[in-house]
Amino acid sequence: MSTAVNLQKQDVACDRAAAARRWGALLGGGALAVYGLTRRSLGGVVLAGAGGALAYSGARANSVPRQIAAHARVLLNCSPQDAYQFWRQFDNLPLFMTHLDAVTQTSDRSYRWEASLAGSRVTWEVDVISDRPNEGIAWRSAPGGVVTMEGTVEFRSAPDNRGTIVEGTSRYVPTAGSIGRGLAKLFGKVPEFLLLQDLRRFKALVETGEVPTIEGQSHGPRSMKIAVLRLADPKRPIRRESNLKELVRAMRRIA
Amino acid sequence: MRAVCWMGTEKMSVENVPDPTILNPRDAIVRITSTAICGSDLHLYGGYIPTMEQGDIVGHEFMGEVVEVGVGIKADKLKVGDRIVVPFTIACGRCFFCQRELWSCCDNSNPNYWIAEQMMGYSPSGLFGYSHMMGGYAGGQAQFARVPFADVGPIKIPQGLPDEKVLFLSDIFPTGYMGAVNCDIKPGDTVAIWGCGPVGQFAIRSAFMLGAERVIAIDRFPYRLRMAEEAGAETINYEEVDDVVEALKDMTANVGPDSCMDAVGMEAHGHGFVYLVDKIKQKTRIETDRPVVLRECIQACRKGGTVSVPGVYGGFDDMLPMGAFMNKALTMKTGQTHMMRYMKPLLERIERGDIDPSFVVSHRVPITKAPEMYQVFRNKEDRCTKVVLDPWTDGAMAA
Repeated sequence: MSTAVNLQKQDVACDRAAAARRWGALLGGGALAVYGLTRRSLGGVVLAGAGGALAYSGARANSVPRQIAAHARVLLNCSPQDAYQFWRQFDNLPLFMTHLDAVTQTSDRSYRWEASLAGSRVTWEVDVISDRPNEGIAWRSAPGGVVTMEGTVEFRSAPDNRGTIVEGTSRYVPTAGSIGRGLAKLFGKVPEFLLLQDLRRFKALVETGEVPTIEGQSHGPRSMKIAVLRLADPKRPIRRESNLKELVRAMRRIA
Repeated sequence: MRAVCWMGTEKMSVENVPDPTILNPRDAIVRITSTAICGSDLHLYGGYIPTMEQGDIVGHEFMGEVVEVGVGIKADKLKVGDRIVVPFTIACGRCFFCQRELWSCCDNSNPNYWIAEQMMGYSPSGLFGYSHMMGGYAGGQAQFARVPFADVGPIKIPQGLPDEKVLFLSDIFPTGYMGAVNCDIKPGDTVAIWGCGPVGQFAIRSAFMLGAERVIAIDRFPYRLRMAEEAGAETINYEEVDDVVEALKDMTANVGPDSCMDAVGMEAHGHGFVYLVDKIKQKTRIETDRPVVLRECIQACRKGGTVSVPGVYGGFDDMLPMGAFMNKALTMKTGQTHMMRYMKPLLERIERGDIDPSFVVSHRVPITKAPEMYQVFRNKEDRCTKVVLDPWTDGAMAA
C-alpha cells in the first residue's frame, strides 16, 4: 500500500498548489476589477475587464481535481456473511453502483469493469488485492489502464445483533482527457454522497431484494422548465438537488 | 387513467395520465374502488409542504382490488383479486425499524431519503403522494396505483364489508388511534383533544375505547363539536372562551388534563398577536408551521402528563414553551402512524361492530369534482368533514 500512500501525498500537494493559484487569480482579478471600476475612466474600464477575466479564469480553473476520495458507512440488518457474499459476487456491483454498466470476471482475481463516461464506453481491469471472507475486500485497477482507482469494503458485526456495519472507501485518480473529465464530473462534486448512495442501494438490495424507485411512474404534466430540460437531454434525469439544497439551506438558516 | 394532480399552490386538477406499471419485484398494482381527501392533503393544497413538483399525483387514503403483482410477491401474502386497504406509509418489513414495529420509520422505502436527511437528520419512510422529500411516490386519488412492498403494508378485506367502513384504515382511523395510544391513558384520565376533524373524531372515540374517563374536545366549528359530543366528549369552542388553557384548568379542578393531543398540526388557527406573527412568518417562509395548538397543549397539560402529536408538522416552529415542557416534566409522543401495528386490530373492531368509521363521511363525489372539494374541505364549507371520491363515475352522486 506504500505506493498508494505516496500517490496520495503527491496529490494533496498538487491540490494545494492548484488551489493557491486558483484563489490568487480569483482574489487578485476581483481586486483589479473593483479598482478599475472605481477609476471611472477608459483605462479603468480596461483594467476592470482584465481583472474580471482573471477572476473568471480563477473560478473556472482546476475543475478536474487530482484525486477523488470518499468514505462512508451504513448499518445493514443482516449478518456479515450475507453482506460479504453479495458484494464478493462482483457481477452484482452494477446493481448498486449505478455508474457501472457491467462487471465480468476475466481470471481468478481479475475483473473487467465497464462504464459509460462522457458519452463513450470505457472498460478497465480491476484486481482483487485482498479478500478476507466475511470481513473485507480490497480492489485496485490494473496498471496502465485508462482508469486509476481503488476501493475497499469492510464488514463488522454491530453490537447486540444489530446487524453489520459496512464501511466503504473509494478513490479515483482522473487521468487527462475526456475520460478523466467524465470521471471528475461524475464523482468530483460530491464523492461522499455518491458513495453513500451506492451503500444505501446495497443495503436496500440485501435487506429487501430491491432498490426503491419512482423512476418510470406516472405523473401529470410537469412545468415548462422541466419539460424543456427533458427535451434538451432526454436521458438526463431531472435533478432537483439545486432547488432543494437552496430550500434546505434557507430552512436551516431559520432554524 | 384519471388522477388528481398537484399543479401548484391551491391548484389541483384531474388529469389523464398513463396507467401505473410494476417497477420493482415487490410491487403490486391496485384498481382503486374508493379514495379520500385527507386533512393533511390540505397542507399540500396550501403549498406548505416543500418539494412538491407540478404534476405529482396526490392522495394517500385508498383501497381497491389487486390487478397485478410483481414476481417478488408470494401468493400467500397477496394475489390478483385480493381486496385490500393500502396504508399511507410504505414499509419494507425487513430493516432495523420495521422489525421493531416502527413502520413509519422504515429505512428503505424512501428513494429520496437524502432530501429528508438534510431537513430532519434521518429520513422517515416513504409516503404515497406526499412530496419528493417523502419519496415522491404517485398517490391514490386515481383509478390505479402502484403499491411498493405490497407484501408488507396492505391489509386484506373480506367481502361483505362496504368500502366506507374500512377505507379509513388507510390513515385516519389508525392515526387517531395511535394518537390516543400515545396519550398513555390510565383509568380515570382526562384527555384534551385539539381539532375535531376526522383524525380528532377517531381520536376521541379511541380514547374512550382505551379507557379514558373524560375527553374534552376543542374546535371552533359547531357541527364538528356536535359530532364530538355524540361520541361522549365535553367540548370547548375556542372562539367563545377567552383562553383555552384557563378553560381547561377550570374544567379539571386546577389540575390540567392528564394528556393533551394536537390533532391539528402546522396550519392551526388562533387569535391575538402571536398568531398574527405566526401567519406572517409562514406566508413569508420565515417559519414553516403555525404551532398555535402545540403551544397550548404544552401549556395546558398537567405536571408529569403526556403530549401526543398526531397533527402533521413540516419544518420549524418558533416560540415553543420549552420551559413549561421541561419544568412540568412532560413527555411528548408523536410520529407518522406505525400503520401495520393497528390495521388488523382495528379491522377486527369494525367487524365486531365496536365502531363504524363511515360516520365521518360528509361528501361522496366523483373524482372529477376533487379540485373543488379541496376548496370546500379547506374552507369547512357545507359542513364538510370528510370527502370520499369515486374514481370511476362521472355524474354527480347523492351527497
